[in-house]
Amino acid sequence: MAIGKLGAPPVVGRPPDALLSRPTWTEGLLSWLTTVDHKRLGILYIVTSLGFTAIASVEAFLIRLQLASPNNTLLSPDVYNQMFTMHGVTMVFLAIMPLAIGFANYFVPLQIGARDLAFPRLNAFGYWVYLVGGVFLYTSFLLGGAPDVGWFAYAPLTSLSNNPGLGTDFYMIGLFVGGIGTLATAMNLIVTIINMRAPGMRIMRMPVFTWMILVTSFLIIFAFPPLTVALFQVMMDRTFDTLFYVPAAGALPILWQHLFWIFGHPEVYIIALPAFGVISEVIPTFSRKPLFGYPVVILSGIFIGFMGFAVWTHHMFTTGLGPVVNTAFAITSFVIGIPTGIKVFNWLATIWGGKVWFSTAMLYAVAFLITFTVGGITGIMLAVPPFDAQAQDSYFVVAHFHFVMGGGALLAFFAGLYYWFPKMTGKLMSERIGKLSFWLLVPGFWVIFFPQHFLGLMGMPRRTQTYVEGIGLEFWNLVSTAGTFIMGAGLVLLLVNIVHGLLRGAPAGNDPWDARTLEWSTTSPPPYYDFDRQPVVNDRDAHWVQKYPESVHGERVPASASEPYDRGGAHMPGQSWYPLIAALSLLPFSYGWLYDNMWLVGVSMLILIVATYAWALEGVGGKHIHVGGHDEAHRAPDEGVDA
Amino acid sequence: MHWSRRLVWSLALIGVPLLAACDLAGPQSAMSPAGPIAQAQRDLFMWTFWLSWLVIIAVVGVLVYSVIRFRAKDEEDRKTLPHQTHGSTKLEIVWFVIPVILVILVAVPTVRTIFATEYTIDRANYTDDDVIIRATGYQWWFKFEYPREGFVTANEMLIPVGRRVIVELDSADVLHSFWVPNLAGKRDMIPNQDNQIWFSADHPGYYYGQCAELCLGAHAYMRFRVIAVEEDEYQAWLASFMNAADAAQTVQADPEVERGRQLMATKGCIGCHTIDGYAPGVEVGNPGFPDLTNFGLRTTVGAAIKANTPENLAAWLRDPQALKPGNYMPTLWQADDPNAAAEIDAITAYLLSLGVDADATTSATLGGSHGDR
Repeated sequence: MAIGKLGAPPVVGRPPDALLSRPTWTEGLLSWLTTVDHKRLGILYIVTSLGFTAIASVEAFLIRLQLASPNNTLLSPDVYNQMFTMHGVTMVFLAIMPLAIGFANYFVPLQIGARDLAFPRLNAFGYWVYLVGGVFLYTSFLLGGAPDVGWFAYAPLTSLSNNPGLGTDFYMIGLFVGGIGTLATAMNLIVTIINMRAPGMRIMRMPVFTWMILVTSFLIIFAFPPLTVALFQVMMDRTFDTLFYVPAAGALPILWQHLFWIFGHPEVYIIALPAFGVISEVIPTFSRKPLFGYPVVILSGIFIGFMGFAVWTHHMFTTGLGPVVNTAFAITSFVIGIPTGIKVFNWLATIWGGKVWFSTAMLYAVAFLITFTVGGITGIMLAVPPFDAQAQDSYFVVAHFHFVMGGGALLAFFAGLYYWFPKMTGKLMSERIGKLSFWLLVPGFWVIFFPQHFLGLMGMPRRTQTYVEGIGLEFWNLVSTAGTFIMGAGLVLLLVNIVHGLLRGAPAGNDPWDARTLEWSTTSPPPYYDFDRQPVVNDRDAHWVQKYPESVHGERVPASASEPYDRGGAHMPGQSWYPLIAALSLLPFSYGWLYDNMWLVGVSMLILIVATYAWALEGVGGKHIHVGGHDEAHRAPDEGVDA
Repeated sequence: MHWSRRLVWSLALIGVPLLAACDLAGPQSAMSPAGPIAQAQRDLFMWTFWLSWLVIIAVVGVLVYSVIRFRAKDEEDRKTLPHQTHGSTKLEIVWFVIPVILVILVAVPTVRTIFATEYTIDRANYTDDDVIIRATGYQWWFKFEYPREGFVTANEMLIPVGRRVIVELDSADVLHSFWVPNLAGKRDMIPNQDNQIWFSADHPGYYYGQCAELCLGAHAYMRFRVIAVEEDEYQAWLASFMNAADAAQTVQADPEVERGRQLMATKGCIGCHTIDGYAPGVEVGNPGFPDLTNFGLRTTVGAAIKANTPENLAAWLRDPQALKPGNYMPTLWQADDPNAAAEIDAITAYLLSLGVDADATTSATLGGSHGDR
């Protein structure tokens, strides 16, 4: 390999010993397989996660059908256990979190005026690993049964003697592999947000969504390692007969719960904080006012993220940790209610005195506020250990976390979907279908989940495939099941609206909502280099200030000259095969581990190592562009190979 | 419609589920406390509930008011920009203080209740008045051992009204959780960990319990009952167990019952199930399976899933998997076995006779009528 001497020009094009030349397709399947464009990867994340949401919704529908009447036998206990386990695993790991990451991928660079993430190939790797993990988990249905131990897979239910099937191995290996991609993406986002902000975008000028993604990424980095350790311990037990979680050998199975929840509780905020970020974009835009109390909202988010690591045993109040531990963790959990309440008040104050524009996105944001407030409040109730003793592992908890994760986070992301769809596609979704869908989806959600509070209080434990008649559970279960038809219709209409928008949507223009942040200053959809001119930021709500300088600064006219920053042009990353190959190697690796086939594991690791090495040697690549940008005629970039 | 009427309507709409919530009583409901622990837990819930209701009314009220009051009338109206307020330190302080006060209002009674109800009682501090029971979770039934009295039973525990009951919790396999909502919130049963729960019942009754930690298989049917009775009835029940071995006669008077007793051996039942007094001086069964001593006194079969009637017991023996899918009880008769009905009837007769002769009053109270709730 020719390595340029110091000061000599870097290597042009393909290094002599590279295995594969850098692909240059711009359209078609191959261009998507080799893409490193954060916008394409963002769309891949969003589409994939919506696909998994649809699958998980079908699972949920089957669960509710089984529970429509007492002693129902539609699903056997085994199938039922697989359904709720895969519903939970899918929603948490394959649907909501990747949906947040998808939005982050697409919009963080646009919001901070960057042209891509810091490590574009690593970004592609993260997506493909997520897809590999999801596909691997779902092949379990074809290969002897899906995981059936619940999404938190308590030991010792997962030990080989208690669970000899492959389901648990699918869970452990699937999450283990998926976590690699999540960690890679989190680091990528942190580096991007810290290093690649547009000139003038000080940290306290960053859009709130970007801020929340930054906090979330730190949470991922600190939360996933304990989970990885725990997953690895169980796999060691199952593969190499270690005794981490074998009670007969004296193991204390409570260890799993500690490790899982010190991951699991931050995981809740990994999902919730991006949702807060989306809401903090949607509400100001459609109230046509800046976010009220921006620094307080940011600090609240940071505080919530920090405290997220100090509350894990509130998932374990009934495990007998004693009154002192329960008191301590009850109080830390209560404390989280304070910044959360502050956020809600600030959102309300943002709406107050504004000009509220009831687009579908805003409707979802309002529904989020109500639903999330209820979910947050039942969260405080559950943080009361004596009451939690009754509510823990009952349908009250099921209702609570669906209000927070489904009604809170998912509604927020639906708001985000309606808000950002025009930017991603250049087309508007139908407001008529959107509102019809909303008025089915949200009330349907309430009909499903609100009665589950009652069921929990009446003594119905979660994760039971049926219940006996005569203890008062029949009515509200039936109501809850009826709600799935209403919400299901809303979800179907949402999908219809997405397809309708793609095929028939009216042209959106660059800024259909008269919005506030930088992503709305470029075209819809943005060119692959994101911005014609390097944006320069003078204020929060950078785009708004450009449009309405007088509304913010009176007579002061902000500078808009970007010439000094554009003189050198921009460097755009080149496509690559290696992220895909490296990620795909984890699929045979997973099956090899699953079937104790160390040959397959070895070969896969070899592919991974070769791919990683080739990836490193491939060099930076990419191309240097000079975007004219000052008028339409110069829109086409002046492309040239990096030199 | 005027906005204020809309507001009233929306509040009314929220109130409907609340009104519905007023009646959540039931034999397995945390809202029907029958003892001081469950009462304290419910009181604390109601306190947080009313505080929450205030918060929800306030937040939803302000939200609904403001989205209506500040609604843009049309596209033109949207173009007149509202004042671009960025924030207010004064307001931030106000709504920092509000949740702090709310948190304190919740935290103080919470901590008091935790220390009043959740401490562990040291074995050295057990009093003679305490009722001590050792509960072990198995997939998918509960073993209840009365160590002071020295006997074992399954799935139903009798307790005397008013006395403190201390249940030591353990598990033989995976995690389970001991939950009798009428009497106390749950406590998990964890292998290699000495957990304990204590409570008492204020009045006699059947209090339904259920395993609340996923244990696969027949988890949904892993139920049990706590039956609170007056002291004299409790003593009679204890005595019937302590005398079970002596009270049972080797050869039963009723030939049907005697045939059932012998079938227990030929069909292999006693390979797993312990029955004190099955035969003089002979110990049968295995401690890892439900003890059937005094089975005639039980109110339920199949771990509290069906009333203990001859019909239900026969159905259970005939096809345990139909009533409780996934459980470990084998099917003992081929579908076309011509003797099945007669043999099952005999075994049913034998099992239902157990304990009934020992103490007529106890069986009269506990068998039969109350069982089918």
